[in-house]
Amino acid sequence: MAAHSVPSTLKRLLFAVKYSPLQSRCCAVQREAQYSTISIPSEKTFDKILIANRGEIACRVIKTCKKMGIQTVAVHSDVDSSAVHVKMADEAVCVGSAPTSKSYLNMDAIMDAIRVTGAQAVHPGYGFLSENKEFAKRLAAEGVAFIGPDTHAIQAMGDKIESKLIAKAAKVNTIPGFDGVVKTAEEAVKIAQEIGYPVMIKASAGGGGKGMRIAWNDEETREGFRFSSQEAASSFGDDRLLIEKYIDNPRHIEIQVLADKHGNALWLNERECSIQRRNQKVVEEAPSTFLDPVTRRAMGEQAVQLAKAVQYSSAGTVEFLVDSKKNFYFLEMNTRLQVEHPITECITGLDLVEQMIRVAKGYQLQHTQDDIPINGWAIECRVYAEDPYKSFGLPSIGRLSQYQEPLDLDKVRVDSGIQEGSDISIYYDPMISKLITYGATRAEALGRMEDALDNYVIRGVTHNIPLLREIITHPRFVSGHISTNFLPEVYPDGFKGHQLEADAKRELLASAAVLYITAELRSAKVLGTQRVASTPVECSHWELCVELGEERQDVEISKSGTVYTVEMDGAKVEVWGALNLASPLLPLTINGTQRMLQCLSRDAAGVIVLQYLGTLFKVRVLSKLAAELNSYMPEKVSEDTSSILRSPMPGTVVAVSVKPGDTVKSVHCKPGETVGEGDLLVELE
Amino acid sequence: MMAAISVARSSCGLINGLKVSLRSVTRVKYGAVSATVPQTSLHRSCRWYSVSHLSVKERIDQKRQAALQGGGQQRIEAQHKRGKLTARERVQLLLDPESFVETDMFVEHRCADFGMEQDRNKFPGDSVVTGRGRINGRLVYVFSQDFTVFGGSLSGAHAQKICKIMDQAMTVGAPVIGLNDSGGARIQEGVESLAGYADIFLRNVMASGVIPQISLIMGPCAGGAVYSPALTDFTFMVKDTSYLFITGPDVVKSVTNEDVTQEELGGAKTHTTVSGVAHRAFENDIEALLNLREFFNFLPLSNQDPAPIRESHDSSDRLVPSLDSIVPLESTKAYDMLDIIHAIVDERDFFEIMPNYAKNIVVGFARMNGRTVGIVGNQPKVASGCLDINSSVKGARFVRFCDAFNIPIITFVDVPGFLPGTAQEYGGIIRHGAKLLFAFAEATVPKITIITRKAYGGAYDVMSSKHLRGDVNYAWPTAEVAVMGAKGAVQIIFRGKENQAEAEAEYVEKFANPFPAAVRGFVDDIIEPATTRKKICQDLEMLASKKQVNPWKKHANIPL
Repeated sequence: MAAHSVPSTLKRLLFAVKYSPLQSRCCAVQREAQYSTISIPSEKTFDKILIANRGEIACRVIKTCKKMGIQTVAVHSDVDSSAVHVKMADEAVCVGSAPTSKSYLNMDAIMDAIRVTGAQAVHPGYGFLSENKEFAKRLAAEGVAFIGPDTHAIQAMGDKIESKLIAKAAKVNTIPGFDGVVKTAEEAVKIAQEIGYPVMIKASAGGGGKGMRIAWNDEETREGFRFSSQEAASSFGDDRLLIEKYIDNPRHIEIQVLADKHGNALWLNERECSIQRRNQKVVEEAPSTFLDPVTRRAMGEQAVQLAKAVQYSSAGTVEFLVDSKKNFYFLEMNTRLQVEHPITECITGLDLVEQMIRVAKGYQLQHTQDDIPINGWAIECRVYAEDPYKSFGLPSIGRLSQYQEPLDLDKVRVDSGIQEGSDISIYYDPMISKLITYGATRAEALGRMEDALDNYVIRGVTHNIPLLREIITHPRFVSGHISTNFLPEVYPDGFKGHQLEADAKRELLASAAVLYITAELRSAKVLGTQRVASTPVECSHWELCVELGEERQDVEISKSGTVYTVEMDGAKVEVWGALNLASPLLPLTINGTQRMLQCLSRDAAGVIVLQYLGTLFKVRVLSKLAAELNSYMPEKVSEDTSSILRSPMPGTVVAVSVKPGDTVKSVHCKPGETVGEGDLLVELE
Repeated sequence: MMAAISVARSSCGLINGLKVSLRSVTRVKYGAVSATVPQTSLHRSCRWYSVSHLSVKERIDQKRQAALQGGGQQRIEAQHKRGKLTARERVQLLLDPESFVETDMFVEHRCADFGMEQDRNKFPGDSVVTGRGRINGRLVYVFSQDFTVFGGSLSGAHAQKICKIMDQAMTVGAPVIGLNDSGGARIQEGVESLAGYADIFLRNVMASGVIPQISLIMGPCAGGAVYSPALTDFTFMVKDTSYLFITGPDVVKSVTNEDVTQEELGGAKTHTTVSGVAHRAFENDIEALLNLREFFNFLPLSNQDPAPIRESHDSSDRLVPSLDSIVPLESTKAYDMLDIIHAIVDERDFFEIMPNYAKNIVVGFARMNGRTVGIVGNQPKVASGCLDINSSVKGARFVRFCDAFNIPIITFVDVPGFLPGTAQEYGGIIRHGAKLLFAFAEATVPKITIITRKAYGGAYDVMSSKHLRGDVNYAWPTAEVAVMGAKGAVQIIFRGKENQAEAEAEYVEKFANPFPAAVRGFVDDIIEPATTRKKICQDLEMLASKKQVNPWKKHANIPL
């Protein structure tokens, strides 16, 4: 779509026309243009691959398999039986019930599925069994190819301490530190002093940032030692501790490597993954704004050294922490395809899944290091079903009542495994999709990401698009000045949504007023001949009152053709747009700028919920008369719910274990009784 | 009639208050002469002379001014303090700007007893504002009771005004909306007031099924007065400020010794959740009136008009892929029928009727390709969507409204049967269930039925089945049309046999699918859920010219 190169008037038209047929958006087909390498048709790999995963990554792998002419087998839990990955695959096998331990981690059932379907290879995706050496062994025993590294490499890199020893031996920079059994607190203090404060203490066996403690002095070290050694013994049954230099303001930058079974290994540049919350990545980009070619090469070469040291084959990722002086330290190696691999694919043109399959079959790498380019810039946002207003994201569940991916935008890739009607359940990761945009420059990719987020329709679950959009437009992020502490530093009091400037607020209120008028005008459009003629009010000028929170704003709005002029506070906002009231998307041109708003709801009493600049705003539009009379309406105090318990859903009361008098004032239900949603169950004292 | 007594009490206060307000109004406008009017007893009793020096033109203006003031500024302020709008403000909000054409502004009550004949007790227009206007350009007749005049009590003149617009609405063929805010009968008028009620009741009955009648209760409505809203097609209420009851809490206390507040006895919550008297409640006057405008858009003006078609922005052939996975795999698991309805109808716009009463059935209005349709759906989320007394009555009344006013009915079926139990049997489920059966069977409007999952037993027959003249009956692939669920059936067919599980599996294989109904032609097609909207829109287009006439009768005898 060449909307960016056409003259502005035409552009406007295109913009409006593009969104008018609701239908065309649903059936948009994802383009596969981002891969530059061409598969070699004569190269035979496997006839049939089983994908031991679900969701977007299973779909992602199936796509490449289809491209390579390979049959696919999906495995799924019972609740996933109509999931997208199941529909996409040529065959599907149910491997158990919803909990992952009963299905996607159920090796016996998956081995059975392999036997039944005759799959020659297994792609494990990420998570689940992807780094499980036991699984890799069982596959090897049955002569089924594991699309990933050898058991040896999985094992070597799976252990934090062992991996560091190997890294050190391979001359990879490691964080100064000690790993092993620390007997006493004093010993810990001594080690800490040798390393130099601040230091980080945690159980060796603990993954990620779990149970990590930071000590800035001897006293904190003693305390950290106590907690961590207790946790190491109780949670992991492995009392080894890790004490190492704590890197302040670090960046998380990782190198993608690709190796074959013939001793060849490449580094496919870096991914910057510093934007994290609770040690989970949220926004990633490739390349990093921070690395210069020298540092990049140094990191890449060390990553390759490490891969070679463990005879690594397949795709893998070497994670580094990079400090403000561009010193980098090895963190860990992930022996699988990473969630954020698409951004590397976008800038290098390689299809990593295809390469993994080739390597698993035993082919040599197609490329040499000189073939690996950095073409432009790619950004990935992880779109999650979670409420970003609570600790930057607490999972939410629900059914996607409406869902449209922004696939009609150019250079946008969406990796997802769900569709309209899918359930985001409590059983699995609440990720909705990975939204990837790319372009010649970072600014271009970021601009596209803004558009893509604004065009992304997700209804039925709370999602983190408000936060994602704030991050990618934040001046600190745009300037590249980021670290893993970005979110807590930028939002010390938690995320509060987009804060409207005066101009933006006027745009929002004007948009709401235009939507209100559009709906009002449409209400009078009764079709067909009528026995009693209809005489709607002919009007092109309205006086309205728009409320946003506590604020009330009188607006005057006049219409000429499809242009609305909205006046408020002495300022004029010109809104251009023929709105489709059925569409969740509201493409508007406001004072000459194209904006994509979304309408979440609109009721008869004038309440309109709009998504504007990523954030949801509840606006109320009333006629001037209604607004004046509204002052007589009593304020309804919302019920004090702190001392009552209501039924969150309809159901049967199974048991009541309190009676009036003990901490509760009254009980309004009894066992066996059916209660409706919102029924009062118990009043507390 | 308790309410009437309380009105009498409050209107005394009203009269006293009025003296002050009239004086202040007249003093400003007419100077010394008229300022003396309300004060001297001589003038008070011979009002004819007191204004005789004014020209007719001036007198007209004066009367009009007085009519616009209703019960006077003080009473208006009191009304506002209660969180209520005045009769005229309500009419203004309900109707299109400047479309209101008032009738009978000069009508005054004719009571000559208890000092009512005095000038200060005469209010031009009396205690109701009547006339016609437009809602989104479409004609409607309106009456709005004025609580500021004698507490909105119903006098002979008041009733006469209402009857007049109702009569005209009938001759023209346009709906009547009543905004009720009245303390009850005008005690001073005695039987004339009662006669007035009866006149209105008769017209409500005569208009029933001819023009849509809607009541919005915006204040008290007690005693005999409640029967007018009860006779209309839809009764809406305003939360916290409206009440409907036959007798107030005091009488209840003296007769049955029950302690109950007005709100508990006849507030919006009671009537929308427990009694089923009201069809919906809104937060306040403004929300209620704005919603009423929205609701009005769905209705035809009369039984001579087809269901209205509004411009639609939602394409009629839109596929709804989310429906393919909406029915859970386990047939006992619940889902929300509203999800299906919202996804299928135009713009996800569904005006639900009685959303908080008998929630095991969902009824309401929506549009398909712009055309108003009535939606009936079993709600698996509540009591498995079974039919019981309340849901049958709720469904039946809705279906009959749609049939009376040419609104096509779309029925979504997922019903495990009628609810068993002594409470239901003693309550007369046979009689009440028959109402829904009767309503669907007699309806001659286009009827489209979609069986989404269970259609068991007699309830299958009831829910707009092919056998009751359903025009188009579809089944989704998840449909199970059977006499009962597998478990119950197996226990009867294979009583005492070993291996019940195997028998159950056999039964499921045979009957828990759409084929038994499809091979007999009891459903016309088994359709992909995603195509449901498209199919319904096409079918409605085809059925627009449907003509079906029931045998001539004086009227049918629905089992009431």
